[in-house]
Amino acid sequence: MTVQTESKIPAARPAPAPRRRKARGPRAYKVFRVVALVAVVLFLVAPLFWMLLASFKTNVDIYDTGKSFFFTPTTENYANVLERNNYFVFIINSFWVAFVSTAFSLVLGVPAAYAMSRFTMHRSALVVLMARVIPGVSLLVPWYYVFSNLKMVGGFEVLILSHMFVALPLIVYIMMSYFDSLPLELEESAQVDGLTPIGAFRRITLPLSVAGMATAGILSFIFSWNNFMFALVLSGSKTKTLPVAIFDFVSYASIDWGGLMAAAMVVTIPIMVIALFTQKYIVSGMTAGATKG
Amino acid sequence: MSVLNPPRSAPARSAGRPPGPRANFSAWANRHRKWLFAAPAMIFVGVLIVFPLAWTLFLSLTDSQGSVRAASEFIGLQNYITVLSDVDRFWPAVGRTMSFTGVALACEVVLGMCIALLLWRPFRGEKWVRVAILLPLVATPVAVGMMWRLIFDPNIGFANQLLGLIGIPAQPWLSGQDTALGTTIFMDVWQWTPMVVLILLAGLTSLSEEPDEAARMDGANAFQRFFYITLPLMLPTVIVAILLRGIDALKTFDILYATKGKGGGSFHEVETLNVYAYGLSFDYNQYGLSSAVLILFFMIIIGTMWLLTMRKKAANK
Repeated sequence: MTVQTESKIPAARPAPAPRRRKARGPRAYKVFRVVALVAVVLFLVAPLFWMLLASFKTNVDIYDTGKSFFFTPTTENYANVLERNNYFVFIINSFWVAFVSTAFSLVLGVPAAYAMSRFTMHRSALVVLMARVIPGVSLLVPWYYVFSNLKMVGGFEVLILSHMFVALPLIVYIMMSYFDSLPLELEESAQVDGLTPIGAFRRITLPLSVAGMATAGILSFIFSWNNFMFALVLSGSKTKTLPVAIFDFVSYASIDWGGLMAAAMVVTIPIMVIALFTQKYIVSGMTAGATKG
Repeated sequence: MSVLNPPRSAPARSAGRPPGPRANFSAWANRHRKWLFAAPAMIFVGVLIVFPLAWTLFLSLTDSQGSVRAASEFIGLQNYITVLSDVDRFWPAVGRTMSFTGVALACEVVLGMCIALLLWRPFRGEKWVRVAILLPLVATPVAVGMMWRLIFDPNIGFANQLLGLIGIPAQPWLSGQDTALGTTIFMDVWQWTPMVVLILLAGLTSLSEEPDEAARMDGANAFQRFFYITLPLMLPTVIVAILLRGIDALKTFDILYATKGKGGGSFHEVETLNVYAYGLSFDYNQYGLSSAVLILFFMIIIGTMWLLTMRKKAANK
């Protein structure tokens, strides 16, 4: 049996390649495609590049349209943001909130997604997915009232709770489609071999779904890192996250474009670095459940 | 395999004595694992949703003004009447929410489909294009809002510099009463078209090639093959993309608040329902009124979703 499959795979793989190459269109289409792709990439990257440039300019250079691309770069803006405005604190806050809320959401979400996938609990899944649909403001008013009476507003707990609320539905959604694609036979044979159902989940299914959990975890981290509205209302001066800190930057320094762009880069760069290293996971998370139709 | 490696003799171990409390618990846990696994997450979300929603529903029937006047009175449907007859703020906000969502979604789906088709077949440099697609998706919306504020600044912005190069007069962009909403739609398109591309690309690569090949044999050209073969097959995926993106577009907050601030600008030019409700609650403490707005908003979202799911079911058949 093994011999047969081994001989089949190498033979089947190279075959489709030449056919695809032939299927490509005429020369005019090739040229059009290159031009169109370059345009798409420029459209997506140019604004970010502009922000990067501005973050290295003095405000005098930003106001001088003759110095759009040629100027003497300065790191003054970054020094200003990181040291004088103490952005290191906000970076750590953001990391802490995103990390803890993601970890807790995984602990709650992965078993839930497993049960919902295996027992096809679609109505129960709908309850969790409702959280994606409800406008956040309608929850914030009661939350704010309750949590401020509990003297919790301005603490990390309430931020983590609110970010878990964003992360959990995402994780359940991604993990459900992941468990759906995992064959049931693996667990069944483990149970035949003497494991209990929960034991089979713990020793067989969980280790096999590490990739899925990475996908869900990374995506939930990104969404928590970027979340603005919940932190805007529920964070205090000590627990402020980066997006809120940047928003505050505008109100008292609306003309300091260089500093503002440096602050915007500071919040964007960590998440982009993470994204570049984990591309594969992000793409599979964003497209989870999309192709089942 | 199970013959060579028989089940561990669990019965033999407990043969002599009755099962301890630990074994009892384990058996109970295994029997009820369905709810044991699902319940914590459901309770967490339920408590954080059901109770606030009930509260919002209750608040919408009172004249609560938050901490300013703690004791609020029950005033029945008065808030709804006030809101529904408000042609200055509420109805324009409904209109803006609808046009923002509609225009942004239309652009994103059409552009997204074009880009997905460009990326469909393998090519050199694919990796770089994928990186470019990922960047807007993960960029922090508030930072993106700040970035566009600089680019669309009427005096020093790069957008007007570009227009100047081809001889078009400078535009007010975000600061213009008529142009602000369109400019924010542009930002939304920049940030979220990549997500539509990813979803549609996943759909395209999972299509089987036979129908396309058969049509090619029959002499159909690229446009005919797209409109008669690929597009109908892709319809369920397109609806998933619209559904996922539509929900978020209706609720857009970050970029609008980051670029135009409270009340959607001094003339409320980008004030959507979400921004309006946020302002009523947290800038003016009009909790009763904002709750009524939110309940209506929620009904709009559920209605839209329900319609789209119906379409998707129909498309799947």
